[in-house]
Amino acid sequence: MELIQLWLNDQAVTVSVGTSLLAACRAAGLTLPTLCHLDGLTPVGACRLCLVEIAGCSRLQPACTTAAADGQRVHTHTQELLDLRRMAVELFFAEGNHICAICVANGNCELQSMAVLVGMDHSRFPAQAPQRDVDASHPRFTLDHHRCILCTRCVRVCDQIEGAHVWDVAYRGEHCKVIAGLDQPWGAVAACTDCGKCVDACPTGALFRKEEGLTGKQPDPAGPARLRLARDQGRWWIP
Amino acid sequence: MRRLRLATVWLAGCSGCHMALLDLDEEWFDLVERVEIVYSPVFSDTKQFPAAVDACLVEGAVGSTHDLALARILRSRSRLVIALGDCAVTTNVPGLRNLLRSPQRSGAEAVLDQAYGALADLHPQHPQAPGLLPALLDTVLPLHAVIPVDAYLPGCPPPLPRLRLLLEALMAHQLPRLDGDALLRFG
Repeated sequence: MELIQLWLNDQAVTVSVGTSLLAACRAAGLTLPTLCHLDGLTPVGACRLCLVEIAGCSRLQPACTTAAADGQRVHTHTQELLDLRRMAVELFFAEGNHICAICVANGNCELQSMAVLVGMDHSRFPAQAPQRDVDASHPRFTLDHHRCILCTRCVRVCDQIEGAHVWDVAYRGEHCKVIAGLDQPWGAVAACTDCGKCVDACPTGALFRKEEGLTGKQPDPAGPARLRLARDQGRWWIP
Repeated sequence: MRRLRLATVWLAGCSGCHMALLDLDEEWFDLVERVEIVYSPVFSDTKQFPAAVDACLVEGAVGSTHDLALARILRSRSRLVIALGDCAVTTNVPGLRNLLRSPQRSGAEAVLDQAYGALADLHPQHPQAPGLLPALLDTVLPLHAVIPVDAYLPGCPPPLPRLRLLLEALMAHQLPRLDGDALLRFG
């Protein structure tokens, strides 16, 4: 295994070639906030919470989609980055309808937790209060677009782990949304295997099991990594 | 030492934040040694918002002309204004009517049509009492959208440790420093 050395906040870190900056940061004990990233799925760099500063690079780069390089000098927690991360979370809250008090994921929501992590006590941006749909056509699950942050975890887990590829992203700008099948009601999409992996991967209350409307959502974000480990290395980890 | 002149105000909210304040129970016996409540829907019977308030806790979003007028008055007469709870900070549940707007009618008209029209048994009509009933604003707004706010205390309602920290800070004539799950979480 070829090793490289880089500098994270002036601390030398050695990782193997091909390691992402996010993985290198975690190996070094640094906490970077993430929402779209999920271990076991390919990274997409959608949420912009893990942006870092790389010396010699004029633009900030998402740590999840950037490979660690030999001799790289990276800063992860400058005041500018902290301010930008808080702003990104504030924009998430302003962009959708995230009303924690009435949400199935209240207390179990990664967006809610990110707000705590970045120190957001209010959003400086006016709430857009978009008028979106709720798709309750599936017999077991519901998709509430008001709470969707377009992280695409559901899209990726369905494609890469379940192999069904029920979900896609359609439309542009403020109309952008995840769609089932060819923009059909979820319950009408025959490709869906009813496995629930999308629900378990969803970081917010956008996807939930119908009974969780009463009990509160209990997601399983470690599922994809568990299945990858089992399939790729034949190692099983029973939680 | 002079007691902290504290006001609490209830705008468009469910009063849960005030119930949470009341849930400090017997702690208030000690608190009133250091806090003078000069205006509050639950702790006092004063009708006019007084002058020279040290700190004003505001529960609720801004949803009516009454809320807007009171918000401006309390800001002009209070040294510190604190948005108390998710409704004041984010509009929360009262802000749900913002989703009901359409090109034809505002969210306010939509809820009035539903409550006093569609659900009326005998005489469907919007309540009409100029000067008595405040008009609903077209859009429900968080407190900081209409007046400058000095501190935000999220929570629905804010848990007691958060309220304690806030009151302790205010009694020391400071603003609370909020971080971590126990002190900062919405919902």
